[in-house]
Amino acid sequence: MNLTVNVVEENEKSVLNVSGEIDAYTAPKLKESLLPLTKKENNKVEVNLEKVTYMDSTGLGVFVSALKSTKENNSTLTLLNLQDRVFRIFKITGLDEVITIRAAIRGGNE
Amino acid sequence: MDELIKLHAATYKELLKNYMNTQDERALYGVEKVSKAFIKENILPEEIVNLHIDAMEEVSTNLNKDYKHSMNFLLEAMISYGLAMQEIQMLREEKHVLESEISVAASMQETLLGTTKPSIEGLDIGVISVPAHQMNGDYHHFIKGTDGSLGIAIADVIGKGIPAALCMSMIKYAMDSYPEESMSPKSILKNLNRVVERNVDPSMFITMCYAQYIPSEQKLRYSSAGHEPGYYYCAKNDTFKEIKAKGLVLGVSPDTEYKEYELIIEKNDMIILLTDGVTECRDGERFIESQEILSIIRKYAYLPAQEMVDNVYKHFERLQDFQLRDDFTLLILRKKV
Repeated sequence: MNLTVNVVEENEKSVLNVSGEIDAYTAPKLKESLLPLTKKENNKVEVNLEKVTYMDSTGLGVFVSALKSTKENNSTLTLLNLQDRVFRIFKITGLDEVITIRAAIRGGNE
Repeated sequence: MDELIKLHAATYKELLKNYMNTQDERALYGVEKVSKAFIKENILPEEIVNLHIDAMEEVSTNLNKDYKHSMNFLLEAMISYGLAMQEIQMLREEKHVLESEISVAASMQETLLGTTKPSIEGLDIGVISVPAHQMNGDYHHFIKGTDGSLGIAIADVIGKGIPAALCMSMIKYAMDSYPEESMSPKSILKNLNRVVERNVDPSMFITMCYAQYIPSEQKLRYSSAGHEPGYYYCAKNDTFKEIKAKGLVLGVSPDTEYKEYELIIEKNDMIILLTDGVTECRDGERFIESQEILSIIRKYAYLPAQEMVDNVYKHFERLQDFQLRDDFTLLILRKKV
């Protein structure tokens, strides 16, 4: 299974639309697209995970390093539209309390 | 050229002659075997073309000039293939060296992180830990206190392979350095969190559950740092319940505090601790749900704890399209009296 990442840049906001599976093989691709965006001062980074069907802990690692990087660069990170299985691992690891997670679709989390 | 190769070269010529005269398919089959032998002896493609040129000179007397030029041209074209082949050979050898180094590292890790399952009066303990690759990123550890209590740590480092495994050694040595009197689950996690936060790469972190069983009070105290929830089996009601414990993973935020929870354990009750390798098992495209894991545990619950965990793992291993995507650790404690 593959991962596709597509970035939409608006003013002071970047939206990453991610689809597929995030695991040890695909996580580097996500990291490559996500980390540079968090390094821009005052940038609002939104990651739309609506089409992510599976994520393992390597994916969490990418989001944790993105979070740390936003704190150093005064930018923000928001995750959107997580599927239940994906949201579950944010919840178990307690990361849902340090990363902003928002559900925009009905029947989603929160 | 040694004898063997000379022999194959002679066979090649013979087969070629045969084929030129008869177009017999048996000659084609024969040359296939010869070419396999050449590969085994690391004969390069251009050497085979050369052999072919020589053989044709012997077989036929009326070779035209165009043909001869073209063969020399082909010979030149084959040289790069030959170089590529030699490179593959070299890579294979390097890979072999790396593999043996990793296997040395893996056995060193086993020694470093080794823990003995303690024997505690009235407690039956079973544990199995299977790495998905050569090195294990899961970790479990038993610490027997002088007051008769038993400390149990189960952890999973996020990030796989060698870096993850190295990280685990750090955890173990940090834990070994804590004085016994400060060993309450929440203070252990708080201390480890600082160690991990300072010392690992930002994309790496550790989930851990630390539990302490106090036989005199029939009590289990535990704290979790973002670890996959375990299960509590209550023998009286014959039910499994998720052990809920909230807490942030180790290594993300330096001043995290952890909550401590308590559970009273009675005769034949069980505590099941695991890592997410257990719940992330897949059978083909299908995930194995926690209900399924519990029903398998129930199936083998009549066995001693060690045989129970071994059988649960074997059960999943036997599934047709089973693949272990992550390290798998399952630990069961049962109160016998």
